[in-house]
This record gives sequence, structure tokens and C-alpha cells, in this order.
Amino acid sequence: MNCIIIDDESTARVIIEQLCKNTTQLNVVAKFPNALGAIKYLNEHTVDLIFLDIHMSDFSGFDFIKTLKNPPTIIVTTSDKNYAHEAFEYDFIVDYLVKPIAHERFKKAILKAEINKKSPIVEPITLDKNTDKDLYVNIDRRLIKIDISSIYLVEAKGDYINIKTASKNYLVHSTLKKIESKLPMSLFLKIHRSYVINVTKIIDIEDNSVLIEKDVIPVSRMCRPELMRRLNLL
Amino acid sequence: MERPNLLYIKTLSGGDLEFEKKLIDVIKKEFPLEKNKYENLVLFRDFKETAEIVHKLKHKISILGLEKSYRIAIKFEENLLNENLALKEQFESVLKNMSNFINQLE
Repeated sequence: MNCIIIDDESTARVIIEQLCKNTTQLNVVAKFPNALGAIKYLNEHTVDLIFLDIHMSDFSGFDFIKTLKNPPTIIVTTSDKNYAHEAFEYDFIVDYLVKPIAHERFKKAILKAEINKKSPIVEPITLDKNTDKDLYVNIDRRLIKIDISSIYLVEAKGDYINIKTASKNYLVHSTLKKIESKLPMSLFLKIHRSYVINVTKIIDIEDNSVLIEKDVIPVSRMCRPELMRRLNLL
Repeated sequence: MERPNLLYIKTLSGGDLEFEKKLIDVIKKEFPLEKNKYENLVLFRDFKETAEIVHKLKHKISILGLEKSYRIAIKFEENLLNENLALKEQFESVLKNMSNFINQLE
């Protein structure tokens, strides 16, 4: 089985690599000190198994898991016993190893991984049902046409939504949920409970916010993994 | 106070001296940096970040076979997340104990 190790501690990466080395059926193809590096790698490679630390400072193991559309088998490696319940909510997590990991316990986890071995294909982003180029919105009893590709941001404002394009803003009596269902998923993404953005219009991303046109928009912790997955990271 | 040991590392290596050296080198390199980071963070009462570094140190404590110290670290990490410095002195004694041991490793 080809596997990768994601752990922000060098000691843990060295130890897990050694445990893999002593297990004939495992081949460590890459090691990452953070989840972002692994996301980039998995955009281009497939693996059978991931050893994943949950407690990482910038991007937790659970955040990483949310970026995977069709995840391979995962074995959690952690110093925390507290996340076991949450970890086993995911059917592709086959074991939960608490550090320091003993060799016998490791072998048992690998046996489980072999039994549960799944197809490691990372699924591409699904294509849209919405192929319309325009959206009609009702403003003062008039149906106004908006070119969908010109929309860069939709903001919830109480009972209204503010649809922003480079040339004009449209305040419409509707909800984010409704407009989300009318927008192509390949272009648009909800990044916060109050904001849907056109990902092609992003200028830059810094910590927990994106700059889009002249607006700085917050990115919620829950939405961040999907946003990161959608980016063509170098 | 319990004495650090290399039992876990030796068991894991199964006689692979190259691995033992590699792991010990990483510990020797990282531990002083993490200890130093802990000392700075705790000084400024940055509880969340201190808990993060205690979490990292916790693994090294367990690698060196310090079972009682490991339990102190778990409790201290929890305390820090509740903005409480109880067990600080005990934890720092653990670090000192580890430091002495690591410094004499070849």
C-alpha cells in the first residue's frame, strides 16, 4: 500500500516512517508537516492510506478530511484521546492510534486498513446542473437580467441579498440558500454563512479572509477546507 | 522523579542504529527550541499557544518513557486551555529532567 504521513511533529514523522519500514506491505511515498502540502500532493497523486495527525496548529486533521471528496483509508495518529468519537464518525477512518505508537498496535491498525482498503481516487469537482448564463431577479416588479459570470459576490442582508457585480449592486428580496441553488457550483462557493463568492474573482487569500474586487470577505472555519480544495495551489 | 529512558526508541528500532540516531538527533534539535518557545509563551500568559506547545512536548515526554510526567503534561495542557496555570512548576521540572537527559545523549 502506498501511504503518506501528515504530522506537524518531525519526531512523529520519523517514528511512523520507521513503523512503516518494519511493515512489508507499506511504502511511504511522501511526508508532510502540514495538511496544505498534502492537499497539493493529492491533487496530482493517489494513495492507499494516510497516517493523519488530528491536532495540527494551522489546519487540523478534520479540516483536511473535509477537503477530500473520495478519501482513501485513513489511520489517525494523535496524542489526544478526546477526538476518537468524532474520528469514527468517518467510515474511511479505520483506526485511531494514540502516541507513542507501539509496533504491535501499529500492525493491528494496518490489518484493519487492508481489510477496509478502498479506491483512492480523488473525485474531481462535480459539474453543475445549472448551465444558465443569466439570472433574472425581481426588483420593483421588474425582472432584471444579470450575467451570472459578472457576479463576484452575494451577501446576505436580513431578508434581502445584495448581488454585487463590478458595475452594479442589486438588492433583492431573497435568501442565500435560494440563490445558491441557481448559481453554477463550479464558479460559486459559500465561504461564510453570509457570503457566497465567485471563486474565479478572488484576488488573494490571507488567513481567514479573501479579497474579491475591493471587498474583504471572512471565511468561516467550516467553509475553509472546501475553499482550499477548490484552489489550484502550486 | 522518574528517569527518562530510551526503551521505546530501542524497541521501535529493533537494532536499527541509523533510525535511533535519526530520532535522537531530531529530539536533540527540536526539544530545546520547543522548551524555549514554551518559556516565552508562558511568560506572556498566552494560554492557547502555550497549550499548543505543551501538546507537542507531550509526545517527546512519552517517547522518553516518562509515564507520570506524561500525565502531568496532559493535565497541564487541559489547565492551560482553561486559562489556569496549576501544575506549571511540576511541568517545568519535567522539562528540566528531560533537558538534563537529552543533553547527555550522544
